[in-house]
Amino acid sequence: MTSPDPHAAFRELKFRDPVRARAMIEALGRLTAAIGRSPVSLMHVCGSHEQAIAKYGLRAVLPSALKVIMGPGCPVCVTDTREVDEGVALARQGVHIATYGDMLRVPGTVMSLADAQADGAKVHIVYSAGQAVELARRLDAPLVFFATGFETTAVATAAIVLQGLPANLSILSAHKYIPPAMDLVAATPGLAVEGFLAAGHAATITGWGVFEPFAARHRLPVVVAGFEPLDILAGLVKLLELVRNGTPEVANMYPRCVTRAGNLRAQEALWEVFEPATGRWRGIADVAGGNLALREKYAGADARRRYVIDVEPLARHGSRALAESCLCGSIMAGIKSPTDCPLFGAACTPEHPVGACMVSSEGTCKIWHQYGGYPDLGGVA
Amino acid sequence: MNGGEDRIGLKHGAGGRAMRALIEEVCLRGLAGSAAAGGIGLAAMDDGAAIQVGDRWLVVTTDSHVVQPIFFPGGDIGRLAVSGTVNDLAVMGATEVTALTCSLIIEEGFSRTDLERVYASLRAASEEAGAPIVTGDTKVMGRGEIDGLVLNTAGVAFCSRPVPDAGLAPGDALIVTGTIGDHGMAILAARHALSLDGDLSSDVAPINGLVRAALDAGGDGITAMKDPTRGGLSSALHEMAAKSRVGVIVEEAAVPVRPEVRAAADLLGIDPLVMACEGKAILGVRPGAAEAVLTALRAHPLGRVAARIGRCTDRHPGAVVLDTGYGRRILAEPEGEPLPRIC
Repeated sequence: MTSPDPHAAFRELKFRDPVRARAMIEALGRLTAAIGRSPVSLMHVCGSHEQAIAKYGLRAVLPSALKVIMGPGCPVCVTDTREVDEGVALARQGVHIATYGDMLRVPGTVMSLADAQADGAKVHIVYSAGQAVELARRLDAPLVFFATGFETTAVATAAIVLQGLPANLSILSAHKYIPPAMDLVAATPGLAVEGFLAAGHAATITGWGVFEPFAARHRLPVVVAGFEPLDILAGLVKLLELVRNGTPEVANMYPRCVTRAGNLRAQEALWEVFEPATGRWRGIADVAGGNLALREKYAGADARRRYVIDVEPLARHGSRALAESCLCGSIMAGIKSPTDCPLFGAACTPEHPVGACMVSSEGTCKIWHQYGGYPDLGGVA
Repeated sequence: MNGGEDRIGLKHGAGGRAMRALIEEVCLRGLAGSAAAGGIGLAAMDDGAAIQVGDRWLVVTTDSHVVQPIFFPGGDIGRLAVSGTVNDLAVMGATEVTALTCSLIIEEGFSRTDLERVYASLRAASEEAGAPIVTGDTKVMGRGEIDGLVLNTAGVAFCSRPVPDAGLAPGDALIVTGTIGDHGMAILAARHALSLDGDLSSDVAPINGLVRAALDAGGDGITAMKDPTRGGLSSALHEMAAKSRVGVIVEEAAVPVRPEVRAAADLLGIDPLVMACEGKAILGVRPGAAEAVLTALRAHPLGRVAARIGRCTDRHPGAVVLDTGYGRRILAEPEGEPLPRIC
């Protein structure tokens, strides 16, 4: 942010031009009609895409036969109860916790980190991994960085580990890796999704080539898209074209940032520090290779090896059966509606969410709970 | 079994739904009927109370101030304490402040030099607002029992017609007196030590003079007023819409936001519409009076970029709909403090 008005750049680059947006929305209407099915369901797998779609109010103007579903894409919402419990347990042992702002209210079995903070635990909000290092240097006490997010933030965590952590800092990794989760969703029997919109920022790291085996295996098109309103709309137009043409290939609609190979140095750092592990994604499933665990070589940086983290006293209060009857996975896959879920609005509410779809402010269940379905805003303005 | 259930969390002070629920469930119990007949009392949960005295109205309000850091770009807790109370009176329609009180709770060990700085700022703001501080109270608490410094100010002022926050009617225009989110973003950047370039500075200021200019121009055409503090424009509009039983439509492109604030908000994933202001007002105005009010606001130094940002409708009462220029969405009411996000 060195220029006096960074927004001017966006305006000049025309990624926020309502006139062009309207033209693209019309194109979406023509393409959806040409495909001729109703609904045509597309899935994005990224919290930032959902935020942008919601922020710009795009759902209200998409063709009614086009469904854009939020997949397992928000790393905060899919952070499992048990992982939150680990953070809470550490915090209650008196260890300082540093984490990203949006992790604070994500519920564990008994409480969130925000609740733990209200109970007197020391929870700090950081905006980057580097800030956690700075905080550790200022603090005269043990600090754990509760590290969440996909490839983008995982690389940042890898970088501070490679630089060498201050002695009082260790990492509680809840980092997730998106490609295996896409595989899992795409393999869901009865899947209604016809194409995937992949996250541009994660693809800057992995490269768009990472999706080629996926597209071939599942015979589904993938479009990598950015986060400005025109990026998203152009991505959807491209995806519908691929659906209409029946060509299950990968298209890169974010070429100003994403290459086929991606950021090789970042990938090197990522896989030097982390290895894929199987872990629970909240409300979805155990995802083989979907978690990123610190390698043995960096055991010294791993909070799970430095501390005895006893989540049992917290977990005893919770009901595993509850989590098991959560339908988030099927709701994301577009097979079930929130109202099909026995927990919806009863055991699972925005105040006490069970699954990822109720955690995220833009999650399908949260929105249905708040508005009784997606509100129809077509005619109000 | 929820550990947070029996405890007060930070969200209960953030100006949103959780705070209103707490007030309704705990603070109003047994006191809801205490308003003077025909006046505006506790149950209205307005910016202050209005009690009829002869042919005039006495408006009373009180506000406690805690802010970290105590000195921030654009102001400090002293200026905030005066502005908060003066502005609450002003948006009730009482712009000529008779008197303010100031109570002070200090943590043991607090710097005397800092306290003198806070008081210098308090005096300057009091002069700026024409609001004399006439009485006060001082307490010191042990180290760790409170965090630095807490200021409470109360204010009284007379007016001929109190303006509620619940007076919106379908068709009314909505006007905001200036840029949104300046205070919240300045504090957020300072508190989380976000090293953001650009001039993020609080808008904290007494705006009773500005509101007076609007009232003189708009008269009875001004139907409702509120100052968007915690929870920002979004919370204030929700409250006004719900209490007035109207729907609100906001044109996002018309809402003035400083480029630095917008850039920081984009970077942090926070909607500027939920960020706090400390020197702004939202006015509901009959359509016929809107232009005169806008002209009067813009002629005032604190109202140069005042703008018409939306209108009220009889559809979807209580809801705030944002027209983004690309599409439309329900403007969600913020829950808890806005925090930097990664996703």
